[in-house]
Amino acid sequence: MLRNRFLILGTLLALSVVGYMTLGAVGSWSFLIPFRASKLAALALVSVCLAVSTVLFQTITANRILTPSVMGFDALYVFILTAIVHSFGAAGYAAIPAPLLFVMNLVLMTGMGLVLFSLLIKGGRGDILKMVLTGIVLGILIRALTGFLQRMIDPSEFQTIQSVSFARFTYVDKLNLAMAAVVALPALVMAWRMRHRLDVIALGPVAATGLGETPKRGQRQALVLICLLTASATALAGPMSSGGAGPSSFFGLIVAALAHMITPSYKHSVLLPSAAMLACITLIGGQTVMERVLHLSTPLAVVIEVLGGITFLILLLKRRMA
Amino acid sequence: MISIRNVSHSIDHHPILHDVSLDIPRGGITALIGPNGAGKSTLLSLVARLAALTTGEISVDTLQIGKCKDRDLAKVLAIMPQSTQVSSRLTIRDLVGFGRYPWHQGHPGPEDREKVEETLTRFGLEPLAHRFLDEVSGGQKQRAFAAMAYAQSTPYLLLDEPLNNLDIAASRSLMRLLRDMAEEDGKTILIVLHDINYAAAFADRLVVMKEGRIAADGKPEKVVSAKLLYDVFGTDAPVCMMDERPVVLV
Ligand SMILES: Nc1ncnc2c1ncn2[C@@H]1O[C@H](COP(=O)(O)OP(=O)(O)OP(=O)(O)O)[C@@H](O)[C@H]1O
Ligand SMILES: [Mg+2]
Repeated sequence: MLRNRFLILGTLLALSVVGYMTLGAVGSWSFLIPFRASKLAALALVSVCLAVSTVLFQTITANRILTPSVMGFDALYVFILTAIVHSFGAAGYAAIPAPLLFVMNLVLMTGMGLVLFSLLIKGGRGDILKMVLTGIVLGILIRALTGFLQRMIDPSEFQTIQSVSFARFTYVDKLNLAMAAVVALPALVMAWRMRHRLDVIALGPVAATGLGETPKRGQRQALVLICLLTASATALAGPMSSGGAGPSSFFGLIVAALAHMITPSYKHSVLLPSAAMLACITLIGGQTVMERVLHLSTPLAVVIEVLGGITFLILLLKRRMA
Repeated sequence: MISIRNVSHSIDHHPILHDVSLDIPRGGITALIGPNGAGKSTLLSLVARLAALTTGEISVDTLQIGKCKDRDLAKVLAIMPQSTQVSSRLTIRDLVGFGRYPWHQGHPGPEDREKVEETLTRFGLEPLAHRFLDEVSGGQKQRAFAAMAYAQSTPYLLLDEPLNNLDIAASRSLMRLLRDMAEEDGKTILIVLHDINYAAAFADRLVVMKEGRIAADGKPEKVVSAKLLYDVFGTDAPVCMMDERPVVLV
């Protein structure tokens, strides 16, 4: 059964990719193919990063309704951006070479993410309500700080922040893509190599310890991978909730929930590829259908947020009933 | 041999165990009994490395807890976890299969599969093997967790109140299985039990704990008496002998 499901997913993925590359072509192919190919690569990288980091996060926190971005990763991105413009001005910001900016984003987000998550993990597995609330409160705190800084910034400079944190994915910088890949690909390989250990950790701390896994160590390693993956996706694409294609609060949630539904299994060797494929189908296929087939101007992110919100509610209600 | 040497333990500066020393030689069932809050679970979780050991030493054969690799210890010592919430997509066969994890690290071979089938037969779980864990009764689930620990093929097995929520038939059959493991496979079993009658009927040795110390230790017929129940548990239940086993009348 799983085999057939994977065949279907593979077919859908291939269709999305071919559709994305070929539909609605205007102008010369020799320009179009490399241009679209680098956008496609960026979309695929972002999708896989977000899917894998969500599955890891849900395993180590033993829940199905949280994603790393519920904890305010997008807020962190805008905060870093604002802080830079606040300290160095718009001109200063523009003067920072793109690679340096990318590395700064990556390092800061990974670092702050690690601090946040390790605080949350300390709060205790199982105490999911406390974790959600702490995460949301921290998100609000970061957004408030961002708002405070933005108020102190010159309005014209404020425009920079808006344009930078909104317009993404119309143009993909090849260097940024390469740097994101250099960080994300090894992290993805390591996540894949953890797959059997994750299966054991999902049995709970007592069983996992008895079987020779150290849950705390596994959780820490997974957290580092989650931060690297989410940070490189966000640094590459910008946060989805502000118009970029990066982490949306609900994107990871949707693909993880779909993976559990379409390829039900306790095995991470099934869940990880399935969630990754579903993420690519959603983002690449979704982009193709919305832009090239239906010619809608609604950003895909908005659709994803709405669908994700509904998924979130359904998952919450199901938990209540159970 | 499990050797516990001068172990003390505190949680948030509250002393829980006071200088406990205990040797459990290979073979047989040792039951830990004692009133609520005596420190039985704490002692067991220190042996199982579920809590960090701060004062004293514990070793299992040549492996020292806290120093040896978790992976090596998992081949010597198995824990039967309480059937907490686990993935609903796990069948009983999958769960028992996890018992082999310390030996194959995620890549089961033919001998691992053989051991799983043998375990399922031995625990009478074959007819339920394909069922998901949330589709069986609490007692059957408990049995599956015991089977997982058995499939781990370790000489030592630790269990904390495995009879919780089991009816009399399920309790007796689980204890019977443990008895067989001790007698036929020569396993060493350390088990926390609340029901003194079960402990007296199935264990070779009782270790009685009170307020973080060992209050009595020995064969059931030597240890269980009306005086002990009064001194340790603070209750005046009469004890009588039947078939050379002490029985507490409740
Ligand atoms: N996490 C904790 N924080 C603070 N105190 C604890 C904690 N866990 C256990 N204790 C205390 O340690 C003492 C021993 O607890 P333990 O669970 O070992 O007892 P027990 O003998 O297993 O009892 P029971 O028969 O009720 O299971 C108790 O006084 C308990 O209140
Ligand atoms: Mg206890």
